[in-house]
Amino acid sequence: MRSETRAALLFLTPALTVLTLFFLIPVGAAFFLSLTDFDIYAVADISNVRFVAFKNYAALLTTPIFWVALRNTLYFALIGGPLTVGLALVTAMMVNSKLARFRGLFRTVFFAPVVTTMVAVAIVFRYLFHTRFGMINFGLEAIGIPTVDWLGDPRWAMPAIIILAVWKNFGYTMIIFIAGLQSIPEELYEAARIDGAGWWSQFRRITIPLLAPTFVFVGIVTAIGYLQLFAEPYVMTPDGGPLDSTLSVVMLMYLQGFRWWSMGYAAAVAFLLFVVIGIATAIQLRLRKDLGE
Amino acid sequence: MKALKTIALHAALLIAAGLTAFPLFWMVSASFMPTGEAATFPPRLLPSQATLEHYQALFTRLNLGRAFFNSTAIALLSTAIALLFNSMAGYAFAKLRFGRRDQIFRLLLAVLVLPAQVAMLPLFLMLKEMGLVNTYWGVIIPMMASVFGIFLIRQFMLSIPTELLEAARVDGASEWSIYWKIVIPLSMPVLVTLAIFTFMASWNDFMWPLIVLTDNDRYTLPVSIANLVGEHVQDIELMMASSVVTVIPVLLLFLVLQRYYVAGIMVGSVKG
Repeated sequence: MRSETRAALLFLTPALTVLTLFFLIPVGAAFFLSLTDFDIYAVADISNVRFVAFKNYAALLTTPIFWVALRNTLYFALIGGPLTVGLALVTAMMVNSKLARFRGLFRTVFFAPVVTTMVAVAIVFRYLFHTRFGMINFGLEAIGIPTVDWLGDPRWAMPAIIILAVWKNFGYTMIIFIAGLQSIPEELYEAARIDGAGWWSQFRRITIPLLAPTFVFVGIVTAIGYLQLFAEPYVMTPDGGPLDSTLSVVMLMYLQGFRWWSMGYAAAVAFLLFVVIGIATAIQLRLRKDLGE
Repeated sequence: MKALKTIALHAALLIAAGLTAFPLFWMVSASFMPTGEAATFPPRLLPSQATLEHYQALFTRLNLGRAFFNSTAIALLSTAIALLFNSMAGYAFAKLRFGRRDQIFRLLLAVLVLPAQVAMLPLFLMLKEMGLVNTYWGVIIPMMASVFGIFLIRQFMLSIPTELLEAARVDGASEWSIYWKIVIPLSMPVLVTLAIFTFMASWNDFMWPLIVLTDNDRYTLPVSIANLVGEHVQDIELMMASSVVTVIPVLLLFLVLQRYYVAGIMVGSVKG
């Protein structure tokens, strides 16, 4: 063996061993686990495990609770995702404007929530959303908007979680948009202005098309992240919230697998999550192709 | 016209920045309020008189110092190991020639589509067999190497001139000393970036520590305060102090090393 090949093997071994042993093998094992009735008796004594083929999947797809969790998760991702990306684009354009001063300071403020600990800020928002003493209802009342029982009303619990997620995450996407905006040559805008194009048509015909690859990237990253919703509802609305209105797919997996120890069933939930994420990614890649990328 | 636009833009920026900063501002302010003051109507912006009683309660009666120590130890160990393992693998993919190198690397990138939750159930059972449930190592092990980390390092090291390494090889330097004495010192910026990412990911992580740690004495800060809010949901000021203790370290780290953090996001997004 050439000495460089031997060296490469040595340099790769630690990382690839960790990834194989503690990630790839467990992922494969999860599929087999999902084909068994692994439960609390099997946790105690592995000989209690039986092969049940696709019974867990069949059970899941016929249980209302799975569809509730899936619907909640999709609601969160389909509303929260576009709101996050939209707010990120607006703030990126404001921070990037030639007229703006103190850009670095504004960028830092908008980005700060991204690095905070989700559990900690979810606790903060739990109080901000308090029906009687919370700042959010106080602010709404001050500008004449009717207040709601955010975390206690099944219609408003998920919107509250979406508000937290948008606040926490838009800064990340904003940073990526700023880089995208800066890569658009200034001459394009100048030429458009000479041709008499207004602000809106510059935005629609230059900014949006040239940011298309950035949109696909942030769309996929946001969708993957949002479909894994867990910590926000765990902290803000324990045990699935009012009428299970904030029960997410990952929360269902956690409760089934690690609270009730129905690990075979939970593994099936995890695989269905994987399928949903795969579909979401494929749709966005397809959209990118259709847009003539 | 331009002056008007400038004023409107800054007004919008100030409002947006104010709304963004407000939750963090209120968290800090409420943590200094005397007991009960955050649960009044109309809600207060500032404490009538600042008190440290909640911080004292957290670090004495409620033993949050223990969770702070656990979080710090786990984050530092994870970061040190992840830096070593990922930089070694990233170096091999960037600079060492071996058969099917680029195919293996592409295969590795494909792993990114697998959500971490899928691995969690079998991993838990595995670590249970190994006796690592409810230990630091149980939390650290999945953080020791990451595809993102290897990718980040590789992209940076591609720009190190190969002639430099060849020259050292001709002079008889061992492969390890080329990596350790030439490549690593040249890669400090990307190592700082990866260090911040790993430290923050470990510090902020919730779901996996929640699963693998079963004992109060081993809890990290997020698990500990999520547990605390169950018992002390009425003690708003106390809970805000616990949030401050959890958030401030990572926020400070970010403010100091912001440049490196943003650089990492950029490398991650160009591959899309």
